Amino acid sequence: MGQNSKAAARKSSGHAGKEKMMFHLMLLPGMIMLAIFVFVPLFGSIMAFENYSPAKGIFGSKWVGLENFKFIFSLPDSRQVFVNTLVIAFGKLVFNIIIPVLFAILLNEIRVKVFKKTFQTVVYLPHFLSWVVLATVVTNMFSLTGPINSVISALGGDPIQFLADNAWFRKVMVATDVWKEFGYNSVVYLAALTSIDLGLYEAASIDGANRFKQILHITLPSLLPTIVLMTALNLGNILNAGFDQIFNLYNPIVYQTGDIIDTYVYRIGMVERQYSIGTAVGLFKSVISFILIMGANKAAKKFTGSGIF
Amino acid sequence: MKKVKPGKLVSDIIIWAVVIGFTLSCLLPLLNMIAISFSGSDAVAANEVGLLPKDVNFTAYSKLLNDSQFWKSFLISVERVVLGLLINMFFTVTMAYPLSKSKLRFPAREIYIKFVIFAMLFSGGIIPLFMVVSNLHLTNTIWSLVLPGAVPVFNVILLINFFKGVPDSLDEAARIDGASPIQILVKIYLPVSLPALATVALFSIVNHWNDYFSGLIYMSKSAMYPLQTYIQQLTVDITQITDAEQLKQMSSMNNRTFNAAKIVVSTVPLLVIYPFLQKYFVSGMVIGAVKE
Repeated sequence: MGQNSKAAARKSSGHAGKEKMMFHLMLLPGMIMLAIFVFVPLFGSIMAFENYSPAKGIFGSKWVGLENFKFIFSLPDSRQVFVNTLVIAFGKLVFNIIIPVLFAILLNEIRVKVFKKTFQTVVYLPHFLSWVVLATVVTNMFSLTGPINSVISALGGDPIQFLADNAWFRKVMVATDVWKEFGYNSVVYLAALTSIDLGLYEAASIDGANRFKQILHITLPSLLPTIVLMTALNLGNILNAGFDQIFNLYNPIVYQTGDIIDTYVYRIGMVERQYSIGTAVGLFKSVISFILIMGANKAAKKFTGSGIF
Repeated sequence: MKKVKPGKLVSDIIIWAVVIGFTLSCLLPLLNMIAISFSGSDAVAANEVGLLPKDVNFTAYSKLLNDSQFWKSFLISVERVVLGLLINMFFTVTMAYPLSKSKLRFPAREIYIKFVIFAMLFSGGIIPLFMVVSNLHLTNTIWSLVLPGAVPVFNVILLINFFKGVPDSLDEAARIDGASPIQILVKIYLPVSLPALATVALFSIVNHWNDYFSGLIYMSKSAMYPLQTYIQQLTVDITQITDAEQLKQMSSMNNRTFNAAKIVVSTVPLLVIYPFLQKYFVSGMVIGAVKE
């Protein structure tokens, strides 16, 4: 008892200080890891302003200022890559909202619990499979003699080389990405749907509103805040067109429409070993993405009162 | 049941049809892969395999059993999942606990959290990271697969939000009894946070199992590839292809049953944990949605 009161007396000063010290110590290992694997590479990005050669190292290589960036912007390739990235990412942004919202609304109309659960179990699955695995599945589906072309042939059309045709490649990327993620993306909308007051539907039904009208005037408006939030957050990702997917599905025939910033950086930097150029492209993307994400998060907070950070 | 209006019946049919259509679109391609893996290669080449295998046989699987690199890579993946999970959990817990404390109790929190969020949002890109990893001589070791992502920032934030919801009174009582922060964390916070810990653990397992890219850039010998990298290298060897004719030939050539078997076996571990995943990721997304 005596000891306890002594401890309590010290608590206000000594104890709290000791606790803060412990907190710093607990954070130390994690901060060291972040320093090594996030902040040191960030510092290494100064390669983007050098004519880096591995033999001379970061400190010995020649400083060239913005030369690398000028060079990149002068290449027709990089303009194409930028356009491809935006087009593919924008397509994904739009359909990764529309389809999950639609699916959530329809699934919510199914009241038989067993079926609802089963459907959910199945549609969430592709999200957890890697693009390495799904690339094989997608290639199989879209191959010249695969199921989709079989249907096209049966309907009297000519088979299409979806993954080797510049007219189709982007569409297939958007479609298959939406296919992989719509179940997972619908989770947030399903959660929002459960909070709608059922009394609203009863009232509307008494007023003679049919199901379609109810969805249009009750369900959709109640989903709107979530839709706005998700759109804003995804806007921050507009330069991420999906490296894993495209890297595992593209080929030189469709570079023209399918090559994105990340795949380009990989080929230039990791394969061709033009470190400075690759880093410059990557840095350019990181900076723009960072600004977009900060902006999107601000916008989301303003419109809906919540962001991710 | 009350009598059903015809309009309701029609809309019911449409809704069920669309939802079932969506669901089948996820299920059938996967079933087709499984069927292919059990089929004869001639039937596969002739595209006669639908949802059920044709000329059922286990050639692909027996070939797979003898593919020593596949199992070596499988083991590397298991090893990396275990090691990576332990490392991820250690850093997630040790970082989330202090950062979940209020500004008043831990003023430096504000600076730390800014660093952590910045680390989540900004990256130096793959090339500088690759150089750091190779300068530390981690390439061609298992450490290159687990250390660069040792601090899973998203998981840290998720757990911070969960810890914030733990009643302060629990913490308070233990502190008056003279318990140290580590004792409080281990004896009070961890036991009440099991669902959240399960969520972040499962995310971490899936990430490590599915990652092929670190294996691809950090391992120079294919003998050291984790499973996904090994599969990626064999099935997606289309980067050398330069014209449509070659692509056509490749896809009709018959490694297809063998590749399908590889895909199926590599997915089994995920299917095993899938029921747990499904149970926890919804709650995980809900916790994660709360703002930092």
